[in-house]
Amino acid sequence: MRGLLPFLAQRLFRALIALWLVSTVVFIVMRLSGDPVPLLLPPDAPISEMERVRRELGLDRPLPVQYAVFLGNTLRLDFGRSLHFREPAFTVVRGYILATLELGLTAFVLAAAVAVPIGLLSAMKRNSVLDHAAMALALIGQSAPTFFLGILFILLLALKADLFPTSGRGGWQHLVLPALTLGAFTMASIARLTRSAVLEVLRADYIRTARAKGLGEAVVVAKHTLRNAAIPILTITALQFGTLLGGAVVTETVFAWPGIGRLAVQSIYNRDYPVVQCTVFLAAVMFIVINFAVDLLYGVLDPRARAG
Amino acid sequence: MASSIPAPAPAELALAAMQESRPRGRRMPWLMRLGLGFVALLALLAVVAPWVVQDPERQSLRTRLKPPTLWGADGRAHLLGTDHLGRDILARMIYGSRVSLVVGLSAVLVGGLIGSTLGLAAGYRGGRVDAVIMTVADAQLAFPFILLAIGIIAVLGPSFPTLVVVIGLSGWVSYARILRAQVLVLRSREFVEAIRALGGSTVRVVLRHVLPNVLASLVVVATLELARSIVLEATLSFLGLGIQPPTPSWGGMIQEGRDYLDSAWWISTCPGTVLMITSIVISRTGDWLRDVLDPTLRGE
Repeated sequence: MRGLLPFLAQRLFRALIALWLVSTVVFIVMRLSGDPVPLLLPPDAPISEMERVRRELGLDRPLPVQYAVFLGNTLRLDFGRSLHFREPAFTVVRGYILATLELGLTAFVLAAAVAVPIGLLSAMKRNSVLDHAAMALALIGQSAPTFFLGILFILLLALKADLFPTSGRGGWQHLVLPALTLGAFTMASIARLTRSAVLEVLRADYIRTARAKGLGEAVVVAKHTLRNAAIPILTITALQFGTLLGGAVVTETVFAWPGIGRLAVQSIYNRDYPVVQCTVFLAAVMFIVINFAVDLLYGVLDPRARAG
Repeated sequence: MASSIPAPAPAELALAAMQESRPRGRRMPWLMRLGLGFVALLALLAVVAPWVVQDPERQSLRTRLKPPTLWGADGRAHLLGTDHLGRDILARMIYGSRVSLVVGLSAVLVGGLIGSTLGLAAGYRGGRVDAVIMTVADAQLAFPFILLAIGIIAVLGPSFPTLVVVIGLSGWVSYARILRAQVLVLRSREFVEAIRALGGSTVRVVLRHVLPNVLASLVVVATLELARSIVLEATLSFLGLGIQPPTPSWGGMIQEGRDYLDSAWWISTCPGTVLMITSIVISRTGDWLRDVLDPTLRGE
C-alpha cells in the first residue's frame, strides 16, 4: 500500500500544473485579442499619448518578457490595474467575489438540502409514483439549458406570480430565483446519485442482516444505509460545487447578479485584460482547491483511492 | 482531478445495470420514440424550411408582438405569434434549428476527431504522451470552459467556424478519457498482443483492431456531446457571441424576447421549449444507447 504523502504530493503537483496551464492560456487569449489602448483613450488622442499609455502598461515590451512578468505578478496576486475601473484588478474582483460566493453557496446548500432527502425517498420507495416523478424531474433538470430555466423562472415566478424580484441583488427574495436556476443541475445530479448510492447499499448483505435481526426501518436507514452511502454522495456533491462556478457566468448574466461571472463577461466586452485574468485565475484556483480537498477527503476516507 | 475516484469494476456496474428498475429489453420506451420523432420532424423541417415556412427575416410593423393567430393583420397565419419586429416566430424557430443542428453536429465531429485521436494516443502509447495529454485534459476541466469560450470568441469575432471549433474543443476531453480507459484495457488483451507479435504496425492495430472495439462507446459519447453542444451554442448565442442577428438562432431569439417577457412571452418560450425538448431527447437517447450498447460505461 502506498502512503498518503506521495499521493498528496502527486495531486498537488498536478493541481499546480493545471493552474499554470490555465494562466498561460488566459495570457495568450487575452494578448491575441488586440490592442486595448485605443479603447482607453478618446478617439482623437495623439499617437504620442497612445505610446505613453502603452509603455505605462508594459504593452510595448516583447511578448516573452510580458509573459515572464505576468507569471511573476500572478504569484503575488498582482494582475495589474483594471483598464476600466482604474484600480488594481484584484481589488475590483474582490468586491464581486462575495456576491458570487453568496449565490453559489445558497444554490449549493439549497440543492443538497432538497436533493439528498428526495434521492433517499426515491430509493426507499423505489418504483413508486414519487420515485418516477422525482427522477423524471431530475432528468429534466440535468439536461435543461440553465439560461432558459432562468428565463422560465423569471416569467412564471417573478412576472406572472409576482413572488420574487426579476433581477439584481438585495434581500433574500432576490436570491431565490438565481439560486434555484444555478442549483438546478446540481440538485438533479445529487438526487440521482443519492438514489443509486442508497439502492446500492440497500442490496448489501449487512442491510439484510440488520433487517433480519429485527431492527426498525428507521434505524436501518439512519445507521446502516445513510452512513455507507455517504462517501460517494459526499464526493460528487463536493465536486458539483466546482461546476457551479461555471454556471455562475450564465446565471449572473440572466439575473443581473453583480458577481465575478458577470464581471468576467463584461470585462471581456471591455477588453479589460487584468480583470479577466484575475477572475479566470481565481475561479480556477477555487475549483482546483475544492477538487484537491475532495481528493484529500477521499484518500483519507477510502484507502483504496491512494492506489489510483 | 476527479480521476482519483476509483471506478467500480465493470462487472459490478453491469450487474447494477441489470438490476436497475428500467426494463432491460432493447425496446425503446414510447416516450422516447415520441421525442425522437419530434427531433426527426424538426430536422426534416430544417432541411425543407425554405419551401414550407415564411421568410424568417421579413419584418412587418403592423404585426409587431402579436400573439399566436391564424389570420394576422398582414393576412398571414402566425401560429406561434410574432416578435418585436413583426417576424414570424415559427419560421424563425425552424430556421433556428438549422443553426443548432448544423453547429451541434459539426462541433461533435471536431471534438470527436480531436478527442478520440488524443485518447487513442494516450492509451496506446502511454508514458509521457499519456501524462501530457491527461494533464492538459485536467487543466481544461479545471475551470469553467464557458469563460474561455467567451474569451476566444470575443477575440476572433463570432462566426460559424469559430463557434464550431470552440464548442468542439470544449468537448474533446470526454472522448479522450473514455477511449483512453478502454484502450488501456484492450492493449493488454491477447489478440492485440498476437497481432503485434505477428508484426502488425501500430497504425494497423489501432485502426483495424482497437477502433472497432471502442466504436460503441464513441457513439454513446458523441450522442451525449451533441446535446451538450446544442445547449452550448444556444448559450453563446444568448450571450450575443454565437450566430449573429438577423440570422435566427434559438439562443438569440430567447435573448431578443427577454425584454418582452411580460407582454409577449411567446418570443422566448417557444424556441426555449424546443431547445429544452431537443436537449432532453438527445441526451436521454445517449443514456439509452449506453445501456443497450455498453453497460460498462454506466457511471462515467
